[in-house]
Amino acid sequence: MMIDPLSVFLLLLSAATPILFAALGELVAERAGVLNLGVEGMMITGALAGFAAAHGTGNPFLGFLVAAVAGAAISLLFSALTQLFLANQVASGLALTLFGLGLTAMFGKPFEGVKAPAMPTGPLRINWIVWLGLIMVPLIWWFLNRSRAGLILRGVGENHDAAHALGYDVRLTRVTAVAFGGAMAGVGGAYVSIASVLQWTEGMTAGAGWIALAIVVFSNWTAPGVLAGAWLFGGVTVLQLRLQAAGVQVPVQLLSMAPYLATIIVLVLISARQKFSRRAGGAAPGSLGQNFHALR
Amino acid sequence: MQRRTLLATASALIMALAAPALAQDEPLKVGFIYVGPVSDGGWTYQHDQGRLAVEAEFGDRVETTYLENVPEGVDAERALTQLALAGNDVIYATSFGYMDAVMNVAAKFPDIKFEHNTGYKRADNVGTYDGRFYEGRAVIGTIAGRMTETNKIGYIATFPIPEVIQGINSAYLHARKVNPDVEMRVVWAYTWYDPAKEADAANALLAEGVDVILQHTNSTAPLAQLQQAGKIGFGQAADMSSFAPTPRVSSVYNNWAAHYVNSVGRVLDGTWQPDGVWGGIGDGIVAIGDITDAVPAEVKAEAEALRDAIGSGEYHPFTGPLNKADGSVWLAEGEVAQDEDLQGMNFYVEGITAQLPQ
Repeated sequence: MMIDPLSVFLLLLSAATPILFAALGELVAERAGVLNLGVEGMMITGALAGFAAAHGTGNPFLGFLVAAVAGAAISLLFSALTQLFLANQVASGLALTLFGLGLTAMFGKPFEGVKAPAMPTGPLRINWIVWLGLIMVPLIWWFLNRSRAGLILRGVGENHDAAHALGYDVRLTRVTAVAFGGAMAGVGGAYVSIASVLQWTEGMTAGAGWIALAIVVFSNWTAPGVLAGAWLFGGVTVLQLRLQAAGVQVPVQLLSMAPYLATIIVLVLISARQKFSRRAGGAAPGSLGQNFHALR
Repeated sequence: MQRRTLLATASALIMALAAPALAQDEPLKVGFIYVGPVSDGGWTYQHDQGRLAVEAEFGDRVETTYLENVPEGVDAERALTQLALAGNDVIYATSFGYMDAVMNVAAKFPDIKFEHNTGYKRADNVGTYDGRFYEGRAVIGTIAGRMTETNKIGYIATFPIPEVIQGINSAYLHARKVNPDVEMRVVWAYTWYDPAKEADAANALLAEGVDVILQHTNSTAPLAQLQQAGKIGFGQAADMSSFAPTPRVSSVYNNWAAHYVNSVGRVLDGTWQPDGVWGGIGDGIVAIGDITDAVPAEVKAEAEALRDAIGSGEYHPFTGPLNKADGSVWLAEGEVAQDEDLQGMNFYVEGITAQLPQ
């Protein structure tokens, strides 16, 4: 049985969008040297806040805006803990995820079983938010590699002591990067509730935040790599369902395993390449996950 | 002195706790565990309607509590234990995957009565109750077969267990009866309730050219996708009438109220038995929701006639001659499927080409 590749690609674009947004946001945060494991918590916050706003106002785009603000706002909690009080980033990030899931479960009760407003489709019958995600890829690539602000951000992420010695504000750079990551994760979460499922349910992002974190590593900390990773995960998810719908006889379990297998293979290839090149530690930012204290 | 007061209070408390749970004035405590949220508008919503019916019927004589969103598996055992320790006299576990948890907890609390929904394991204090959902599927399968223009109908399935396989087979057989060219496309979502996954499954089916979708999963997410695509589907577990007249053109919903009122009544008057109740359209446990005007009048009449024939017992949805998917004979001409066969159903009927996951 033949499956029309174009329709698979269109579904893939949609399925990849939430993880694409979240992973691009996390990429920027990690490039600034902050490991924020709270992506899932920020996504679910955006999913609820965006859905509530879209439902309340009847305007889905306003919903995405509110989702971005809500994601950025909750990320400030993480920033306060890690940048101000120098708490451990891994623990704070996990706490943010648990906090976001619990908070939204509580405040989401009145929105269960409620319908979302219709989402107008953009050019080529593809959702506007999908287009926005695709446009963000070159923009973030350009920002990180070609803009002055991006170079400062990467400098802070590579070696915060050196950046500080040069007079750059490490803390401000990091808080801004994390807030951007939160806004992106919020939009990604809102895509699930507003554009793809069209309703709110507790825990509806269902681990997409963790996949986004894995994709950042998979991408070797580059924006095009993030796109490739998101498409791989999204593509396999969609293809798995399409093959079933088409009645093709394949073991479903094998396909579900494929994206994770691909991640492991890519990671092995990357580390093998690094073994023979001069640069140690790969593309991971040098100060990733380390807290910075100016008095040291 | 203080210590003595404390001890006295403590012993008084223990006395109070040790007093028989079913003293004259004490209300009967009835506990429920739900697999989804009460607001799911589907499966859990209908069970909660049943709980409310019990409260309305018995008033002060009962006190009900529920735990919602309890995942199947180990967590269910914890939730059931919690309900048992909270002094509930009868506990209803409302999802298939709670089966082993119910058996384990019931063994530890022999004085508490348990009823497990859709399961097949029973004990001295564990009964089961279930709906003949396949009867409802026969009716909406008929509508689906008449309404499809692409001759492809889709089915969002949950887990490959007999209850679900009965539904797929029944829907397919009755769609084919009215439309010999119909094809059945099945997607296994491996969940009872996950709006995101259900939406993805619906979209995969739509992209495959399916224009009528039946769902066994319990959220309204597939209907939301159908609304966007301008195709049709059916309410599942609850009426889902907020999506009428399209995409929801009819529904198969579960009416547990009668069973819960009956069962709690029997606990109250001491005649409760660990039975296996399996009720269908005739018993009122399975009901067909209003068929909307999106369906032509003659199709509506045909579906309602089938509903009434099944309800009166005049027609059984699995009546031979029927073959299994591998071509072997299942039921001979005029033969009707036995309940034991249905409860262990692990094959597709002839005509469904997909492979059944094991």
